[in-house]
Amino acid sequence: MTSLFAQWNYFLVIILMMLGFYAVIARGNMVKKMVGLNIFQTSVFMLYISMGKVSNGTAPILTGDSSTVYSNPLPHVLILTAIVVGVATTAVGYALIIRIQESFGTIEDDEIIELMDDADAASEGSAS
Amino acid sequence: MMQHLPILQVIVPLLAAPLIALLRGREIAWLATFIVTGVTFVISLLLYHQVSESGARLVYEIGGWAAPLGIVYVIDAASALVLPIVTGIGFVVTLAARHLVTSEIDQRDHPLFFTAWVLTIAGMLGQVTTGDAFNIFVFLEISSLSAYALVAMGAGRDRRALPAAFNYLILGTVGATFYVIGLGLLYMLTGTLNLDDLAVRLADIEQTRAAYMAMAFIALGLFLKMALFPLHFWLVPAYSYAPSAVSALMAATATKVSVYVLVRLMFGVFGIGFVGISDGLGTVLLTLGIIGAFVGTLAAIVETDLKKLFAQSSIAQLGYMAIGIGIMTPAGLAAAFIHLFNHALMKGTLFLAIGVIGAQTGRATMRSIEGAGRQIPMTMTAILFGGLALIGVPLTAGFISKLYLIRALLESDLWILAGLTFVSSALALAYVWKIVEAAWLKPRPEGAPDLHETAIMWLPAWLLVIATIGFGIFASPLINSAVQAAAIFFGGQS
Repeated sequence: MTSLFAQWNYFLVIILMMLGFYAVIARGNMVKKMVGLNIFQTSVFMLYISMGKVSNGTAPILTGDSSTVYSNPLPHVLILTAIVVGVATTAVGYALIIRIQESFGTIEDDEIIELMDDADAASEGSAS
Repeated sequence: MMQHLPILQVIVPLLAAPLIALLRGREIAWLATFIVTGVTFVISLLLYHQVSESGARLVYEIGGWAAPLGIVYVIDAASALVLPIVTGIGFVVTLAARHLVTSEIDQRDHPLFFTAWVLTIAGMLGQVTTGDAFNIFVFLEISSLSAYALVAMGAGRDRRALPAAFNYLILGTVGATFYVIGLGLLYMLTGTLNLDDLAVRLADIEQTRAAYMAMAFIALGLFLKMALFPLHFWLVPAYSYAPSAVSALMAATATKVSVYVLVRLMFGVFGIGFVGISDGLGTVLLTLGIIGAFVGTLAAIVETDLKKLFAQSSIAQLGYMAIGIGIMTPAGLAAAFIHLFNHALMKGTLFLAIGVIGAQTGRATMRSIEGAGRQIPMTMTAILFGGLALIGVPLTAGFISKLYLIRALLESDLWILAGLTFVSSALALAYVWKIVEAAWLKPRPEGAPDLHETAIMWLPAWLLVIATIGFGIFASPLINSAVQAAAIFFGGQS
């Protein structure tokens, strides 16, 4: 049990990851899909940040004292980049959702698929 | 100058992108893009020449920081082979983009369209050149994000491009995030992100479950990105509703780069000695590859929309590449590289030629090309040659691919797979014949709009047709490069 509690942050990561991934797959509403995607990505950020943490380590600032224990800054820096990528993805995703709402009048996956199938049938009928 | 070529390959398009966004005027954005893609093509040819001449690998230390602390760009036989494909196709498709984009994209959006266009090429080149695993993720996202925007720009003609782009975004991001999870596990195991350094340290540590999980996550993420069956559902809508020029660029290059990254990480980092690779990955790739080849081909046979038809056939062709990698021998990997190269030429040809029809009829369907063989002979002949190469008819590049793939399968005593590969290739004849029948054997229906073509329209597709036939007849330089590229992943390195 002690080891379970000692690694509680990793369990949190896995729970969040699965919650987010489930929302991406199971939800038909596109906004909910995006929210799920964000949770999924955030769990990965937490995974990286957890792995950079060193027990009793401080912020990684050079003090000249070689006995100072500090956390590994590299994963944190990587995740800064990943957060930027995540923000950009979210922005593009929501921009697309707005455009979809404007032209289809809905952001529900199944309704859009229906509309797309209708358009398919129409384009085949009038293609001559 | 020459020693800076590896960085220039990526930085030229990357820096040009925001500048193109600022340009205004009718043709100027296209012209700037044309020049930039031309320059990157020349750079990639120079790099190819340098690497094939000396046989050495070029390592460029960014900012003078040596690996593993700094980020390095590495050009070896494999990346030198893939770079000219991306830049060459990019160059030819940009040539065609002049009339395709004019007819499909709103004039005001041209500078932004070409910004995303150059960015997606820069991202792909970055994935191929970089020697840092996290850098690959960043470039992957640069190219993907701009690709989502490019696909969505098809909405001007067909609103279905929007949901297609959205689903592509969701699945693409899931794929990239899987890759990052795997990378995180690798970093926890080894404490490095440099590809060479990862390979060295992974060889020393015990092969634990964490290492297997890292491999599985990375492989799965890249399977999604390369649209390997059954993770290919984003590809067909994304390619078929995108603007024609975008379809041509992405069908020819985007999935190929992901295949390259998969090879680079699986063989270059984990290595053939890693148990998960030799036992697990090979079987998975062979199984999914051959199923994908049949599913894609059969779906293409019943499809009536030309863009969807060839997008389905891409699933099949990616299946062949997966089989080549899955054989796990130098010969198999070389076959995968040869097919990667040739398929880029064929699909570029096909989507460019379909773009000529699509620009005039809206969507190119079986009915809209009835009798088109007499009205637009050059365009339809380009489609015919592309189709013949897909089947693998001798004297086309496709024949060389299939020959080497089947030979590699036979060398490894995979008789059944070799037979199935042959059968599925032959099945491709069915959909190519369907097009021939519609275009040449049927008369043009009454009241159908007249199609026309000019040299500027069919020339880009024909450049790729000539390349397809050229590499089909004079195949030895390509085969040598592919064999060299495969060799570095089987102990030829260092």
